[in-house]
Amino acid sequence: MHKLWASTYKEFLLLTRDIGGIAILFVMPIVLIITITIIQDSSFKTIGNNKIPILLVDNDNGSVSKTIYDGLKSSNSFTIIKKQQEHKAKDLVFKGEYQLAIIIPKELSTDLKKKVDQNVEGILEKFGVEEETEEISPKETIPHKEVKLYFDPATQITFKNSVKNGIDKMISKIETQSIYKAFQEQISDDESEVLFKTDNFITFKEIMPRQGNKEIMPNSVQHNVPAWTLFAIFFIIVPLSINIVKEKNQGTFVRLRTNPVSYATVLGGKTAVYLAVCMIQFIIMLLIGVYIFPKLGLPELEISGRLFNLFIVAFFAGLAAIGLGLLLGTIAKTQEQSAPFGATFVVILAALGGVWVPVFAMPKFMQIVSNISPMNWGLNAFYDVFLRNASIIEIVPEIILLLLFFIITVLISIVYNEKKHAV
Amino acid sequence: MIKIEQLSKKYKSADTYSVADLDLHIAEKEIFGLLGPNGAGKTTLISLLCSLVKPTSGSFTIDNLTYKNSNKLKQRIGIVPQEYALYPSLTAYENLAYFGSMYGLKGNALKQKINNAIDILGLSRFAHKKVSTFSGGMKRRINLIASILHDPKVLFLDEPTVGVDVQSKNVIIKYLQALNKAGTTIVYTSHHLNEAEKFCTTVAIIDHGKIITQGQPQELVSNQENANNLEDVFLALTGKALRDHA
Repeated sequence: MHKLWASTYKEFLLLTRDIGGIAILFVMPIVLIITITIIQDSSFKTIGNNKIPILLVDNDNGSVSKTIYDGLKSSNSFTIIKKQQEHKAKDLVFKGEYQLAIIIPKELSTDLKKKVDQNVEGILEKFGVEEETEEISPKETIPHKEVKLYFDPATQITFKNSVKNGIDKMISKIETQSIYKAFQEQISDDESEVLFKTDNFITFKEIMPRQGNKEIMPNSVQHNVPAWTLFAIFFIIVPLSINIVKEKNQGTFVRLRTNPVSYATVLGGKTAVYLAVCMIQFIIMLLIGVYIFPKLGLPELEISGRLFNLFIVAFFAGLAAIGLGLLLGTIAKTQEQSAPFGATFVVILAALGGVWVPVFAMPKFMQIVSNISPMNWGLNAFYDVFLRNASIIEIVPEIILLLLFFIITVLISIVYNEKKHAV
Repeated sequence: MIKIEQLSKKYKSADTYSVADLDLHIAEKEIFGLLGPNGAGKTTLISLLCSLVKPTSGSFTIDNLTYKNSNKLKQRIGIVPQEYALYPSLTAYENLAYFGSMYGLKGNALKQKINNAIDILGLSRFAHKKVSTFSGGMKRRINLIASILHDPKVLFLDEPTVGVDVQSKNVIIKYLQALNKAGTTIVYTSHHLNEAEKFCTTVAIIDHGKIITQGQPQELVSNQENANNLEDVFLALTGKALRDHA
């Protein structure tokens, strides 16, 4: 025990003497979490000032284009700039000055009306209720209409898809309403008579998990703090592996091998100190979420009633990260091996863990692979606590996996070291 | 104290044996000098005796313990490696307290041992300064203290005076002689043949992993034709060809 304590104290001294290293350990995660949360916050906001400027070329000037214009405007996501010519709008978008241009074709409103009237009359004719006085040539061919969308080539697919879906939904609604209107005109002479209610019959209501009487509202902060805190915690493998490699290179490791002390004790000292670093990082992240984010105009991190469970998750995630760092440091021979590998490996683990792209959106194979990422276990446990209001019992499976990961990586480190230096 | 029988070591990547069927007995309280050109096998032999590398064949005992009694053996030996093997960002005292703790020393006993040693080796004023600010000679002295805090029965020194000034060398040699007087067996490698001639009670010249001669320094000099000192004996037995190796 005394040797473990001495090793821990030595690691503490080594760490605290490296002011630059400490600054990187604590400042970089802070910069990371603030930057990412501010950037990602806009995608969570429904009402905000970050409207995306888009171009609209209205060749229709009818009721349909007006409905599209009103729909886009009422979404509060866009600042609509009207342009007269399609080619100019196209050039501006392809140069990257605007994300999107919407081109509404000529005669869209009148042709849509004609097409719908034609269809409705056809149907009524089948039922034998068409008005004989109406004279629309059944042979008239109404051409298909195309609403053109020009996207900046650099635009992300998710943004493209959401815009396309939004416009598609708007057009479907316009078509439905036109059909109802055409039926009404054909069936009733009284224009004020309401035969069809065009309101949506089916609506959606999102039910959030509740904590007591309070609804748990997911926002950018609730999503980002756990994800990027975990990312920062796992980055501990870089300085930790460098610490071990340094010991090998400066000869102190050779001396320790001649001392009556086990490798497990040496690793134990490192684990204690770097785990403390992880926990301090975590506390700082929480404090930023609670106190700094609201001052930056971001939502406040909601942690009430969850603190104990959050610390449990952070503790075991920290252990898993340290296990990985110890293993990397044991195997690597130089800092040139451990530092780039460690940094890249954390990014890979984060990607697999669902920090950037949710696991459900990954290809099937990657979903399977993500199950073996400790960052995925940690992130799930954090989301369980932050967003699903899970109890400690519910996060036990993830906690066990993180602990097992730590035990296995440490065991491999010890066995590898023993084998390599077996006498 | 040290009995080596048919000890051999061949590294995986090497074509030849670094230590080849080596037999050697080192008596208690001896100051034993292990001399040889570069690549002769001195460091490998010390590494074998300190359980840092595994022998290919053969055996050895130190104070009747083999490497199978690893922790007991480690408690009875001390090694002063060629490298400084210290934490540069820790002070001299912090380094010594840490390495002393690894031998199970603690509290006042540890404190007293550190203070005595740094006092004798003239480092009291610098005890609480970072090792990174020390000169080569100061680092060598701290390197030595870190290996003797637990009062080892056998002390291995791999070129302990390399790169140090005359004053530091003098202090180190005197301290080692005092340790030897107090009962510590010393096994020492060096390229400083004059130093070895004065310091060692017995020397062995090793080349190509084998002991080629062994005895008291003066005895070896008088037995060698046209030799005035140990260096003449050394060159006569190992030749003048350069021993560069990589």
